[in-house]
Amino acid sequence: MRMQIEGSQAVADAIALCQPEVIAAYPISPQTHIVERLSRKTKQGHIGRCQFLNVESEFAALSVLIGASASGARTYTATSSQGLLFMAEAVYNAAGLGLPIVMTIANRAIGAPINIWNDHSDSMALRDAEWIQLFAEDNQDAVDLHIQAFRLAESLSCPVMVCMDGYVLTHAYEPVDVPDAVQVNAYLPPYDPVQVLDPERPVSIGAMVGPEAFTEVKYFSHQQHLRALEVMPELVEAFEQHFQRRSGGLCSAYRMEDADIAVIAMGSVIGTIKDAVDELRNTGVRVGCVKIGCYRPFPKFQVSALLEKTTRVIVVEKDLAVGMGGIVSADVQSALQGRQISVHTVIAGLGGRSISTSSLKHMILEARAERLTEPYFLDLNKTVIEQELARRRDIRRAGPVAEHMLQTMNVIGTKVS
Amino acid sequence: MDEAMTTERIKFYQTGTFTAGNRLLDEATRTVQSRLDRTNSLNSGHRACQGCGEALGARYALDAAMRASHNQLIAVNATGCLEVFSSPYPESAWQIPWMHSLFGNAPAVASGIAAALRAKRRDDVTVIAQGGDGATVDIGFGCLSGMFERNDDVLYLCYDNEAYMNTGIQRSGATPPFARTNTTQAVGEHPGNPIGNGKNVPRIALAHGIPYVATASVADLHDLERKVTKAIGVRGARYIHVHVPCPLGWGSDPAHTMKVARLAVESGLFPLFEAEFGKIICSTPIRRKVPVERYLELQTRFKHLFGPPQDTEALAAIQAMADDNIAVYGLME
Repeated sequence: MRMQIEGSQAVADAIALCQPEVIAAYPISPQTHIVERLSRKTKQGHIGRCQFLNVESEFAALSVLIGASASGARTYTATSSQGLLFMAEAVYNAAGLGLPIVMTIANRAIGAPINIWNDHSDSMALRDAEWIQLFAEDNQDAVDLHIQAFRLAESLSCPVMVCMDGYVLTHAYEPVDVPDAVQVNAYLPPYDPVQVLDPERPVSIGAMVGPEAFTEVKYFSHQQHLRALEVMPELVEAFEQHFQRRSGGLCSAYRMEDADIAVIAMGSVIGTIKDAVDELRNTGVRVGCVKIGCYRPFPKFQVSALLEKTTRVIVVEKDLAVGMGGIVSADVQSALQGRQISVHTVIAGLGGRSISTSSLKHMILEARAERLTEPYFLDLNKTVIEQELARRRDIRRAGPVAEHMLQTMNVIGTKVS
Repeated sequence: MDEAMTTERIKFYQTGTFTAGNRLLDEATRTVQSRLDRTNSLNSGHRACQGCGEALGARYALDAAMRASHNQLIAVNATGCLEVFSSPYPESAWQIPWMHSLFGNAPAVASGIAAALRAKRRDDVTVIAQGGDGATVDIGFGCLSGMFERNDDVLYLCYDNEAYMNTGIQRSGATPPFARTNTTQAVGEHPGNPIGNGKNVPRIALAHGIPYVATASVADLHDLERKVTKAIGVRGARYIHVHVPCPLGWGSDPAHTMKVARLAVESGLFPLFEAEFGKIICSTPIRRKVPVERYLELQTRFKHLFGPPQDTEALAAIQAMADDNIAVYGLME
């Protein structure tokens, strides 16, 4: 049913329709609205005999799901930022054990300095943890990706993170078509585990593997991930048949047919980029946009194919590999190996800084004129940095950098615009 | 016949051990270990050291648990000696469904299994989590406390050998005062582990008010099996802390594992008790108290206390700990 609903609530409704059997959660903003609603639905008996565990940490939350999933239960949790890092050891472990857990990441920056707003630093930090990572463009996408995620995870015995921008999506009210139980049941078969802890047929799960076979075990995992690149388009087709709308997918193009310049990004910023593309198209700039919907496994060939006629690529990413630059752009560059295409890295929206259409347009034109520094930081206040560097030269005990920068900027209270 | 001969009392235990021989007991009171149909949950052929107290403790406990649960058991294992020596693929010694995830999360993984079983209406299966003292009192302590606090339907077994043995004998929060480990070496002004550090996790478990808490020793098989069997019959969070010597880490003769474990109990240093819902309900009495030196002198980790010169102050402090246990738990009453 199409309704005006908060992103988190819509996602919680979608999860409930997928009938998980065990949910474990620990509070962290901005994912809390999702699990709050799920705790209510569980208590009301709307999710069968689902068990909702309020645990003592994110590490425990995922550990609970590791046990539950190995017992043949469909499992779900959600987290963000520090929470994802706190569970990092279990994140790798769940994937290594081949447990099809589905987890929402309400994307948020990582401290210090502590910052609760959106960027992609959290899921980027765990990008190589053997989880499939899907990024939602809007809340309809978020709802649909979660339903697809359970089917994808369970078909490959591989865990899936569905990443949605914290606040920008989780707390945004917009029209979303939340499907009904009949539709979801027809699309999502019951969980049939490949390994299960069963007293009738005892197995040892998670024992040690030495150098004799560790490479082979990891290679198998790599192959399973690459299979996701084949399985996912099938799931998207099947989804369209069941729900009469197209959602998800590895990557997609917007106004790319004759584009010289392609702006590549993930998540909710895609909407703003499409606006910038439309406005620049009106002035005769041949620019388009490519959305990466599946970041891990990275759809190298599919992305490359969408950039067939492009001579310039601008990767806008909400993360920063300090001391290096871009993360997504490095993957894009690898996908375009051997081709004569300029790849620019644009770091934008860190810690919740808004990404405006006008800044994007300006940046695209600067890139076209070969005037972008690499990596380029969108809307960077260079004066503040120069002042801070000067202060550091003069005073040894200069104190916390962040505090002084805010004083320089004369910011009182946090303004998110 | 001589008068003295007729009044001689028959001893139902082996000399010096107080262990009743199974042959002298009726069928029903014999140990699970003595039965031909014991499950050998942790089977032979694993890679534990000679005289490993943990290997014995785990098999004793799990065979008793298997019998009590009618073989409906799932076990989770924290990283550590037990996990490493028992399980390398493809030579797993486990005859029961067994899972290892991480060092610090065994209680939470077990909570997840219990939750899945509840969701699937399987109330006939018992979930056990097990780990060494490092996994239990240190790195997994948060998850353990969470499992207790939620009263999840899990029996947690801690095999306490009083240090990180798997990584090569480093100090844990369960290492006793003055003990030498590789991170509390027998050098300097106060050699060995500082006195006043460490934590008593059975008491902390008790403070959670969970349905059942007990301590047990690998040297008292009847007592250990009875406590495990009792715990299997209880629902909710349960905790049994089993004292298991480590010949390698303690510097004791592998042939003396039982002797060392027994002396820990008989000296009062390791009190055996049971508690229900936060209240101690009984303790196992010491039948022949021994001075702590008898226990300590069998272990090179305490060698520095015996000098020369002998560290009489340290020995007195350890004796005071034992005496305090005897008073607190009423071990001589």
